[in-house]
Amino acid sequence: MFKQKNYLALGAVVFVAVLLLSLPTRATERLKLAVGSWFLPLFGLAGAAQQLPGDLADSVLPRHELLLQIDALRRENQQLKEQQVQTVAIARENDQLRGLLGWQRQVAWKLKLANVVMRDPANWWLTIQIDLGSRDGLQTNQPVLTAEGLVGRVSAVGYLSSQVVLIGDPNCRVSAMVENATHDMGVLTPAGPPDASLLREPPVQLAYLASSANLKPGQDVLTSGLGGVFPKGIPIGKILDVQSLEFGTVTTAGVKLNAHLGALEQVWVLFK
Amino acid sequence: MNLLQPVLILSFAFLAVFGEATLSAPRHWLGAQIDLLPALMVYTALNADIVTVSLLAGLGGLWFDSVSANPLGVSILPLFAAGYPIYLRRELILHERPFAQLVLGTAASAAVPALTLLLLLNTGRQPVLGWGSLWQWVVMTAGGAGATPVIFALFDWCGGAFGYQPHTLPGFRPDREIRHGKILK
Repeated sequence: MFKQKNYLALGAVVFVAVLLLSLPTRATERLKLAVGSWFLPLFGLAGAAQQLPGDLADSVLPRHELLLQIDALRRENQQLKEQQVQTVAIARENDQLRGLLGWQRQVAWKLKLANVVMRDPANWWLTIQIDLGSRDGLQTNQPVLTAEGLVGRVSAVGYLSSQVVLIGDPNCRVSAMVENATHDMGVLTPAGPPDASLLREPPVQLAYLASSANLKPGQDVLTSGLGGVFPKGIPIGKILDVQSLEFGTVTTAGVKLNAHLGALEQVWVLFK
Repeated sequence: MNLLQPVLILSFAFLAVFGEATLSAPRHWLGAQIDLLPALMVYTALNADIVTVSLLAGLGGLWFDSVSANPLGVSILPLFAAGYPIYLRRELILHERPFAQLVLGTAASAAVPALTLLLLLNTGRQPVLGWGSLWQWVVMTAGGAGATPVIFALFDWCGGAFGYQPHTLPGFRPDREIRHGKILK
């Protein structure tokens, strides 16, 4: 009887695991998001707990400190307004020139702010969960970025939250170009997980470069717009080093990402 | 049946998965997130029944996979594979000794991620793997091993605080009382 109970438990667990693993991808995604939503009530508690020290610090901040901050923000606001006026003028000029040349007009980016609510607990994936979902109009493959640069793309969408796969994960490959005279193109791929000396950022490399690519450390890497997922011109990072492999037939370049993926708290989702 | 123990174990598993997904300090300082489910499985296999072991493997794995990019269900079998042999041989294990807990925690924390990766690779997935993964594996193993005696102490305390205390008979028995003095007939 005792042994029979053990065998029954073993059989039940194996059956459930095999059943879940053999479900169609779409059903698995839905089930996953449904189970993941059990954690949603805890987000509020965690958010409130994290906010509490900030609120306490705000309540004891001296008045002269607040006035100084307001003054600094006013100046920054003024500078940004001036920059915006210049940007609008440049954009108008750009549109006119594109019209004269018969080029397609550039569409302005629409961005939506999202909070990062969870990180992947498994060390072999680089994903995060954000608090925007299909309720907010999110769809898969939308680019996700910060003020510094590209972060990844939306990989699964739930009603209230979504999963974002980050650069450095094998499931997030980005067509990129280097901002140099020849605009060398390549694909951003992971170069293994962080080692003991590189704990915070995943190493990323620009692969599939032409052997004649003329790359130098410090050059900017941007999205190329090829592939249809990421629009052209989103900053990604800078070239760290260049390696010539396979007797000079293959060139790869290490890339330092602009965005600090280990400390993401808020991200922008780009709507086309 | 006392439901407190399974409820406590499953609640701890739920909170552990939530904590692993939201607290990034271990990842920030050590380069890897520590998984507490194998350590909890060791405690469960040594102290609970087979139903709780199965529930922890099923629900714990399901919760873990739901907040991860893992395919749903891939963590269930490795967790159960860590707990089931311990459960079958638990009469032979000195589970009250912290050293035994540490050794079992080390073995389970090392085996679960290795088995999960093996399953992932066999299902055609491409996880982020490289030499750095060895460091992450060491951190997960050491972290899980260190957490095992702590989990034992925590659950022992919880059992004492919230559970029923075992009923012990007093040493005094009236029928065995030695009466001194003269017996009057």
